[in-house]
Amino acid sequence: MTQRVDAAVRDPVDSGGRWLLRGVRPLGGAAVDMLLDGPVLAEIGPALSAPGATVLDADGLIALPGLVDLHTHLREPGREDAETVASGTRAAALGGFTTVFAMANTEPVADTAGVVEQVWRLGRTAGHCDVRPVGAVTEGLHGARLAELGAMASSAAAVRVFSDDGNCVSDAVLMRRALEYVKAFDGVIAQHAQEPRLTENAQLNEGVVSARLGLPGWPAAAEEAIIARDALLAGHVGSRLHVCHVSTAGSVEILRWAKSKGWRVTAEVTPHHLLLTDDLAASYDPVYKVNPPLRTAADVEALRAGLADGTIDCIATDHAPHAPQDKETEWAAARPGMVGLETALSIAIMVMVEPGLLDWAGLADRMAGAPSRIGGLPQASRDVAAALRPGAVANVVLLDPAARWTVDPHAFASRSRNTPYAGRSLPGRVQATFLRGRPTVLDGKIV
Amino acid sequence: MIRHLLSTEDLGRDDALLVLDTAEYMATVADRSVKKLPTLRGRTVVNLFFEDSTRTRTSFEVAAKRLSADVINFSARGSSVSKGESLKDTALTLEAMGADVVVCRHPASGAPRRLAGWVRGSVVNAGDGTHEHPTQALLDAFTIRRRLGRLDGLSVTIVGDILHSRVARSNMWLLSTLGAAVTVVAPPTLVPVGIERWPVTVSYDLDAVLPKSDVVIVLRVQRERMTAAFFPTEREYTRRYGLDADRLAAMPASALVMHPGPMVRGMEIASDVADSTRSTAVEQVANGVSVRMAVLYLLLGGTREVA
Ligand SMILES: [Zn+2]
Repeated sequence: MTQRVDAAVRDPVDSGGRWLLRGVRPLGGAAVDMLLDGPVLAEIGPALSAPGATVLDADGLIALPGLVDLHTHLREPGREDAETVASGTRAAALGGFTTVFAMANTEPVADTAGVVEQVWRLGRTAGHCDVRPVGAVTEGLHGARLAELGAMASSAAAVRVFSDDGNCVSDAVLMRRALEYVKAFDGVIAQHAQEPRLTENAQLNEGVVSARLGLPGWPAAAEEAIIARDALLAGHVGSRLHVCHVSTAGSVEILRWAKSKGWRVTAEVTPHHLLLTDDLAASYDPVYKVNPPLRTAADVEALRAGLADGTIDCIATDHAPHAPQDKETEWAAARPGMVGLETALSIAIMVMVEPGLLDWAGLADRMAGAPSRIGGLPQASRDVAAALRPGAVANVVLLDPAARWTVDPHAFASRSRNTPYAGRSLPGRVQATFLRGRPTVLDGKIV
Repeated sequence: MIRHLLSTEDLGRDDALLVLDTAEYMATVADRSVKKLPTLRGRTVVNLFFEDSTRTRTSFEVAAKRLSADVINFSARGSSVSKGESLKDTALTLEAMGADVVVCRHPASGAPRRLAGWVRGSVVNAGDGTHEHPTQALLDAFTIRRRLGRLDGLSVTIVGDILHSRVARSNMWLLSTLGAAVTVVAPPTLVPVGIERWPVTVSYDLDAVLPKSDVVIVLRVQRERMTAAFFPTEREYTRRYGLDADRLAAMPASALVMHPGPMVRGMEIASDVADSTRSTAVEQVANGVSVRMAVLYLLLGGTREVA
């Protein structure tokens, strides 16, 4: 099911030219033709004719709106040896993403208008997908003083999501103020929920496995306590709270309760927390070290159920590239995190679509619609059905649902190889990604 | 025989007994006028210690030398390791030296297992973080079997900082593999969450357990645990969990008292208990050499029939 376009005949103009996608199945529905004209999804229907358009044989491919990742670490500025905006956004495009939110824990920290604009511009220059910088909540991520949130919001980067990710905004007063303050520009605080005192030197989910391996435990309660506190604060001041990388069954229960109150609380879950469990740490291979840590099979099951019923709004990768020397160490010395952009969609298909927990439209909502709503992206991208109607922005990913592929870290576009899936056979392959009508990926390769 | 000795959790009953039986033979070597076997001549044993532990390092060194192996002591202190060289680079250096066995002591749990993935030789875990210390457990089992004649069916109590103890982990796996019933005793703060899957009984009451114990293994309790609120004061710890003469008297007459050392006298163990004939502290040192000789010998391809 590969597309059959000679690269030489592609329209090189940035507008994307005209692309006729033959036989695509929007959101997994009936096969139709789709015409992308410049940056716009111009027409959908059977047997379209479009003189002059490049025809792409997309027979059997599923069309989804361009995916949106609320939680990406692009590492630039500061750790360009692990990832750059250019390499990270190439990885994103290959994974089917058209927008990534770049986390603020760079060096320097993205806590000023200057740094967020720099990251935003690097994204525009690279051109593989849109980069929406996340601003730090506190100066230097130190958790002591608010960063200039308004300046970042008013900057060219138009920041709406603020997070100290990597660190928890643990001071309750500071968290309350941040939640209140960003209401002025419809911002959201994305909390990395980790009670710091309960997790000093924590290495692994606290439980049977950590006890056996002699690794300091990271108790579920340290996440759940912060989520409960922040949900109460968000409810109290009527603000928007987003919870990063929810990892425990208890967190799902608390979120369900908070949503039942009508509070404006949203949450994300990573692909790895939907699949992997803490017993993988038995090898002491830090490729499985991540923060929050891998949890138990019961947690995985609760997270999948929570994502299916909407208690958890979306999937976010927490793509966290690390240089080899930061992973080829003893467990405690390794940095936490996994790359995820190039495997996220396949993992999501494996854990949610294949078992019947979500259909294609549901998956599209969890990976495109919901993150667009939370991140404040343009109205049209917030509803996945509307995003694939004529007149919508032509952000489209074409996916071969029947393909299987084997993960080869050395084939990644990411500069880093710290994937827990090396050698695994995964379902679903991104064949093409269009960003405002311009292909960023064709035939599974970067354009 | 297994290729590495990284934990007792994955040590089968037959392998464990083979080590103990081989150690019995090695112990006879110590009684000879020439305390040396030619068995490992030309083989290289590297002691790679990232933590100071003179007693464990010396024990391995004596064991290796009695088997005629070449011994290289590679101490992390003052070497390139302390200047930030990674464990992996150290492993590659040892590889270049042609190490047949690397004996590794490391403050990080799992470091010897990582090392085993990077070197061709065998790796012996000489204590890793709060994970395991398998040769300590083997020598404890060896000592118990020598004193009491068996391990099967014995009641062994381990008292102290279970949460942070690699000795507790190695002992409870090994002793239960060898048929002993293990009870761990500690304040609840020093019992790991998740212990319910261990093959042990958990008790918070030392006095209730002592009369039924054939062996009590007393673990060191570091004073710094107190400042982290694991227990209120040293005195309270000693009152509730310290092994003193009164508690010794409550144990069966034949029961043993063991301590992996170094002891904090007056804290987890009273001085007169430590020095009593029921204490095995001194013979544990000699037994440690025998057991480590057996481990090195077996890892380097020896069979039970020692020359
Ligand atoms: Zn985080």
